[in-house]
Amino acid sequence: MKFYRSHILIGIDDASLAAGVKEIEAILRSELQKNNLSEEINILETGTLGLFGTGVSLMVYPEQTAYVNLQKSDIAEIVEEHFLKGRPVHRLILDNTLVRKYDFNYKRRIVLNNSGVIDPENIDEYLGTGGYEAWEKALTSMQPEAVLQEVKASGLRGRGGAGFPAGLKWSFTAPIKAEQKYVVVNADEGEPGTFKDRLIMEGDPHKLLEGVMLCAYAIGASEGYIYIRGEYKLCISRLEKAIEQARDYGILGKNIFGSGFDLDIFIKIGAGAYVCGEETALIESMEGNRGTPRSKPPFPGVAGAWQMPTVVNNVETLANVPAIITNGAAWFAEHGVEGCTGTKVYTIMGDVRLPGLCEVDMGTTLRTIIQQYAGGMKEGKAFKAALVGGAAGVFLNDQRLDVKMDYNSLKEYAAVLGSGAILVMSHSADMVDMLWSVLRFFRHESCGKCIPCAKGTQLLYKLIDGIRKGKGKESDLDEMIRISNGMLKSSFCALGQSPCMPINSAITNFREDFLARIK
Amino acid sequence: MIVYLNGKAYEASPGETVLQVALRNHLYIPHLCFHEKTGKAAKCRACVVEVEGMPGLKTSCNQPVTEGMKVTTNSKQVLDAQRLVVDLALSSGRHDCLACEQNGNCELQDAAYYLGITKPSFQLYDDNYEIDDSSEFIVVDRSKCISCGRCIVGCNHTVVNEVLNYGNRGYETKIVFDTDLPMGSSTCVQCGECVQLCPVGCIIDKRTIGAGRTWELDKVETVCPYCGVGCKLEVHIDRTQDKIIRITGVEDSPTNNGMLCVKGRYGFDFVNSEERLTSPMIKENGKFREASWEEAIALVASKFTSIKDEFGSDSIVGLASAKVTNEENFAFQKFIRKEVGTNNVDHCARL
Ligand SMILES: Cc1cc2nc3c(=O)[nH]c(=O)nc-3n(C[C@H](O)[C@H](O)[C@H](O)COP(=O)(O)O)c2cc1C
Ligand code: SF4
Ligand code: SF4
Ligand code: SF4
Ligand code: FES
Repeated sequence: MKFYRSHILIGIDDASLAAGVKEIEAILRSELQKNNLSEEINILETGTLGLFGTGVSLMVYPEQTAYVNLQKSDIAEIVEEHFLKGRPVHRLILDNTLVRKYDFNYKRRIVLNNSGVIDPENIDEYLGTGGYEAWEKALTSMQPEAVLQEVKASGLRGRGGAGFPAGLKWSFTAPIKAEQKYVVVNADEGEPGTFKDRLIMEGDPHKLLEGVMLCAYAIGASEGYIYIRGEYKLCISRLEKAIEQARDYGILGKNIFGSGFDLDIFIKIGAGAYVCGEETALIESMEGNRGTPRSKPPFPGVAGAWQMPTVVNNVETLANVPAIITNGAAWFAEHGVEGCTGTKVYTIMGDVRLPGLCEVDMGTTLRTIIQQYAGGMKEGKAFKAALVGGAAGVFLNDQRLDVKMDYNSLKEYAAVLGSGAILVMSHSADMVDMLWSVLRFFRHESCGKCIPCAKGTQLLYKLIDGIRKGKGKESDLDEMIRISNGMLKSSFCALGQSPCMPINSAITNFREDFLARIK
Repeated sequence: MIVYLNGKAYEASPGETVLQVALRNHLYIPHLCFHEKTGKAAKCRACVVEVEGMPGLKTSCNQPVTEGMKVTTNSKQVLDAQRLVVDLALSSGRHDCLACEQNGNCELQDAAYYLGITKPSFQLYDDNYEIDDSSEFIVVDRSKCISCGRCIVGCNHTVVNEVLNYGNRGYETKIVFDTDLPMGSSTCVQCGECVQLCPVGCIIDKRTIGAGRTWELDKVETVCPYCGVGCKLEVHIDRTQDKIIRITGVEDSPTNNGMLCVKGRYGFDFVNSEERLTSPMIKENGKFREASWEEAIALVASKFTSIKDEFGSDSIVGLASAKVTNEENFAFQKFIRKEVGTNNVDHCARL
């Protein structure tokens, strides 16, 4: 293998593509060539570097220097100063104190360990990091039951929002005898402010495929479907490439590794409805019907896609599985806290210095996540609130900064981890406006199937809109709580059951903001 | 098996739902989307009840009964939830019961009455509603629609005309004909199944608007005169004028299960027509005159006999009608074969 003095990782994601990363990469290559550095310095295209709002970014190894917001005109200077003369260009480097704090330490990462490190479009790089070892191990030396038991023992819980134990879910489907079973990956990722699944798929698509394979083997499915939102163009093309490569290598197909096990994986593209992230609506949509939820029972595990037993799991859930099989359940359970093992990927947005994503142990406090991984609050801004879990989440105030972020601890505060979206707000944020945009979202995304949600979301929006325009009454606040609690009791699916969480928490924790608009 | 509704024991059979057991025993639970024919959609959410041992509230229309199940239909929690659903449904449509055709025969009204809702708490609908009266026999006032979906299931699965479906999403969800065409320009055949299934006054008969209220009309069950299928129908009659106001199909009748065709449901204006023939007519010197049945039949019989004598049996052909029953058709071919003496007999349906 060739030895390079330095590696430059270029983060290619939707945001950097929009900022012209391809052009900058071409300039970088030609500048290196001009300076006779091509043999010494390697350029790697990789998934996102985990930063947000930093335009085109480069990460230079081994020194771990992050260049951000690069323009075409900056490249010649970086090549000459940094790579030729060994003097980093400080004005373009991400604040050093932040970098040190920031989660560029990949050691505890499980699902994002390769993101921003390997070339996601090259299966050999995935194989080089130990990829598909779990798949080979399972097929050649483990019974399906053993794979299932390992996942069960790991304590892995679903990362799509509800936190249902993955192994338990699989164990309902595994014993069923059926003509056909399916694994369906929920890659719809519609929760506002959430883009963790996108980054996993962009940065390490093979890891997701390997997770699907292991699940399929454990439950006896011969087809996998990835239901992905249509806007995720780069993910789709990378997954398509990854599937092609896996087929070429005989990792997917008939009689894989001579085991007699057949499996293929297909991609289904969604049309951008939030409700289609709900597993039964997702299945309806996959079958080509109107995307509205089905009655449960029967659960998908018994009668799902085309009425066959189907396991639906979130992207992040499945991306954890290869490491569990390779390293064992006990290793996995060393991460996180009791009852909620492993890590969690968060997307942090709002008034923090380093918006972006991080993967940390379950049970890490909100304070640590904000302070350490998001670089703390922006200059001159003080923490007021965090919306945790996306639109279907809860507004927490500063009393709750030390809450441990895991399914059980949050429940004590009637909060949810949800999709792992964290929106941090400072005192300049007004809770009326925040709640208004949340309720507008629900009104827009209700599928219209049931009366409480279809009509209730409209009513809630009208009430908050009235308050926002200064036409509200104090009794409207109680009405909103009453109506959303009623929707919790009677709505068909979790979408209509959700508005009560942001409503109750916003009105209870930040009542002054609402009263200020009413008086 | 035995189930307990509000503490009282009721006999139930496996496969039944809580709602079915309740309704069979005249215990009312509000329900808007359930209909025996279109099935359990569980989508209106008006029928929620408490079931002991189960978390939250359950929709009774799709909750199967189990031995010893204990159900509460009248707790505060249940009634509050039902009230919210019905209130929201009322608030989001122009439910002007005073002049509504469905007044007295409206399932939303029944639910509101039961729950003591005197008027909707909010006004959510837009005053700029449009009424689709493009169709010959049916009017659609979408502002009254509660998206129960019964018409859609009926059009697609009982009459299988596949015209109706949902359009849009969320609050804007509405029923659409084909690709959101006016009903009159769509492929609708105006069978009226959707009218029959609509629990509210959204899809209604056009010709009888304002012609009579349901409680003023006598309802008489009879058989449709149009064809041999023999659909069972109910004729709604205004006795004061001796006039048919509307016709509906009889649900759970074995021939038609409530379905009718456009003629059976809407083609009744001949009954009171001035031009209707009420006695046999005989044409003499180019002019018709009234005659008695005896005279007319005797005349026809004598003509047939003379044709048969002069030209032979095979000079006569019998063509039977699809409008009469199988039994009548049977008798007819017997008559042609045995009395006339020819095998020249056929039926209009073989075209
Ligand atoms: C309205 C709604 C939207 C949802 N959206 C998503 C989504 O975008 N991605 C996801 O993985 N799960 C979503 N879910 C949760 C899924 O229904 C399901 O619980 C999940 O995919 C199961 O996977 P897990 O056990 O791996 O978490 C949504 C649920 C609801 C009610
Ligand atoms: S709660 Fe009802 S209307 Fe809302 S998304 Fe779910 S099924 Fe559709
Ligand atoms: S009248 Fe018949 S065909 Fe027309 S929309 Fe209604 S059910 Fe369908
Ligand atoms: S038109 Fe009537 S039957 Fe059809 S969905 Fe609306 S309320 Fe239900
Ligand atoms: S009757 Fe049960 S939900 Fe409509």
